[in-house]
Amino acid sequence: MTDVLVKLKDIRRTFRMGEISVHVLRGISLEIERGAYIALTGSSGSGKTTLMNLLGCLDRPTSGEYWLDGLEVSRMSSDARAMIRNKKIGFVFQNFNLLPRTTALEQVMMPLAYTATGLSERNAKKRAVELLKMVGLGERMDHRPSQLSGGQQQRVAIARALINQPPILFADEPTGNLDSRTTAEILEMFDRLNRTEGITIILVTHDPTVAGHARRNIRLRDGMVESDTIREGPPPTLPSHGEPAPDPERQVA
Amino acid sequence: MTIRKTLSTAIRALRRNVTRSALTVLGIVIGIAAVIAMMEIGKGSSGSIAKTIASMGANNLLIFPGTAATGGVSFGGGSSLTLTAEDCDAILRECSSIASAAPLVRARPQLIYQDKNWVPTFVYGSTPAYLTVRDWSQLADGDIFTDADVRNASRVCVVGQTLVRELFGGVNPVGKEIRVKNVAFTVVGVLSPKGANAFGMDQDDILLAPWTTIKYRVSGNSGSTTSTSNSSTSTSSANSADSTFPGAAAVFPAQSSTQAADAPMPVRFANVDQVIMSATSGDQIKSAIREVTSLLRERHRLQKGEPDDFSIRDMTESANALASTTNMMTNLLLAVALISLVVGGVGIMNIMLVSVTERTREIGLRMAVGARSRDILRQFLTEATLLCLIGGLLGLALGRGSALMVQKFLRWPIESSVEAIIASIVVSAVVGIVFGFYPAWKASRLDPIEALRYE
Repeated sequence: MTDVLVKLKDIRRTFRMGEISVHVLRGISLEIERGAYIALTGSSGSGKTTLMNLLGCLDRPTSGEYWLDGLEVSRMSSDARAMIRNKKIGFVFQNFNLLPRTTALEQVMMPLAYTATGLSERNAKKRAVELLKMVGLGERMDHRPSQLSGGQQQRVAIARALINQPPILFADEPTGNLDSRTTAEILEMFDRLNRTEGITIILVTHDPTVAGHARRNIRLRDGMVESDTIREGPPPTLPSHGEPAPDPERQVA
Repeated sequence: MTIRKTLSTAIRALRRNVTRSALTVLGIVIGIAAVIAMMEIGKGSSGSIAKTIASMGANNLLIFPGTAATGGVSFGGGSSLTLTAEDCDAILRECSSIASAAPLVRARPQLIYQDKNWVPTFVYGSTPAYLTVRDWSQLADGDIFTDADVRNASRVCVVGQTLVRELFGGVNPVGKEIRVKNVAFTVVGVLSPKGANAFGMDQDDILLAPWTTIKYRVSGNSGSTTSTSNSSTSTSSANSADSTFPGAAAVFPAQSSTQAADAPMPVRFANVDQVIMSATSGDQIKSAIREVTSLLRERHRLQKGEPDDFSIRDMTESANALASTTNMMTNLLLAVALISLVVGGVGIMNIMLVSVTERTREIGLRMAVGARSRDILRQFLTEATLLCLIGGLLGLALGRGSALMVQKFLRWPIESSVEAIIASIVVSAVVGIVFGFYPAWKASRLDPIEALRYE
């Protein structure tokens, strides 16, 4: 058995909306081993975003235990969780969330500003350049988001997520704003990161073809795990069903 | 997050929206520029006002001899004979808050030049320092008499403009000889016009000569034209001392043998009618009075409890006018400065609040990649403070520039003030921190989950 990176024990999350309590997560227990490639699926309102926020240490469960890389984080202060997010977690968002009017290189280096044991400016830059080359943007390091296409923007975001060498990468609908061709590129990149770098990847998605890239599919329904399946065999080719993903407004340099 | 990283992040954030940063800064720039320009122009004006009032004699102090009394009969102010020219020298030597001092002897003789005669309002015997005290050193023609003239009781004098007109018919009198009570004086200089004093007396109607000359050659001749307080004549000296044997014995402390050997001078009445002094500045007047009082009490060998044998008068009225003018000016400027800075600060707060709202997603992202709320607080606070500091520096340059322009083109006096510069920099930083705090605090309280979803 490979070592366990994430361990959830009866996680519950309740939101209070005035008089009413909404039980969004109702007892989720999971184990995710290091190096896993997981798709988190479910219809809207199934609680997958809430679970994602909990896993990403942006939120705290109402009850339950969450062990991340050997640390119980559910009771940590917000400052301590900020440090965990900085060192152990990378985020990729549907809308990229790049800083406006900032070069790709600066975007990638941004998280280092909040790292306690900072690299020297030179090493930081070197590392950012390497990452940008790895995601195929070696030529576009001085470009601003408005000069990059959606796929390129998402690749900058991936490079940014990896700058602190986190063991785990969360991607929230990472291809939701991309066309099918760029979706394929981004997913290939996730595959490669998982395969060669051994980074644990958790994808939150609606899209079954995207989910099909993962080796394990956790499906939520009404705040509980509905199914937890491990895929055998190669990933399906993409896009197979001819229906392209919603075309984003492509911004070209 | 280190200070360097915070700073570079803040600078980067400000550079991302240069136009907005510039507009935000504008409020502070104008505020600080107004403060600096107002301070410099205001200080210049109040400095020149102070100088004007000082030339009217606000810094001046007068020492009059005290009252002599015998058997309960007072002889009125100035009847004591103890104030001397040596007192004046000692004051100048030992009192640090006195800038200059001159003894004064008054007389009221008739002047004759050729076929004209005239009795001036003021015939003063003094030393060259008198003109320094009165802020009157610029002569219209010729020169003031010298200290040597004072020692030798030379028959030289300088005259005022009115005398030139009345006695000399407008002809330059330098080198001419006039008779003062049958003593021939050579005119060596002409005073510049001074105008009337606060009571409407013509200050140019004056003849100024060495005090020794006036005392021993003019007043000494006859008591008829000397003023009542000029007490060098034998009649008044009799009043002050022993009524049976008029003389100097009681008036002057006995000389030691050393003193006598050092200064083998014939005993003569060396008292003066008053001593006029100027304090180093308006606010030194109080301490000047204190210093002079204690020095004169010592010199006049007055015991504890014995009343002063002199009185010191200051120009309280003018001095108060000076102080209140300057104070009002300063307060006015301060109010203007405060208002413009508050306006600038509110502008900063406004824009920072807009900026926080606009950058909600950025804040959420920064939190997601590991920024603690205090990092966010610090970043926005740094941005606001940096904006204000940049604004302060630009305002400083603009303010100095406009003050210099005012000086160059309007010919207003200005006075640069280091305090104003330091204060405006400090104040702009404080404004940044105070008005930047609320937006920064608001930013730091954002929930990262909601901030990331903010549209």
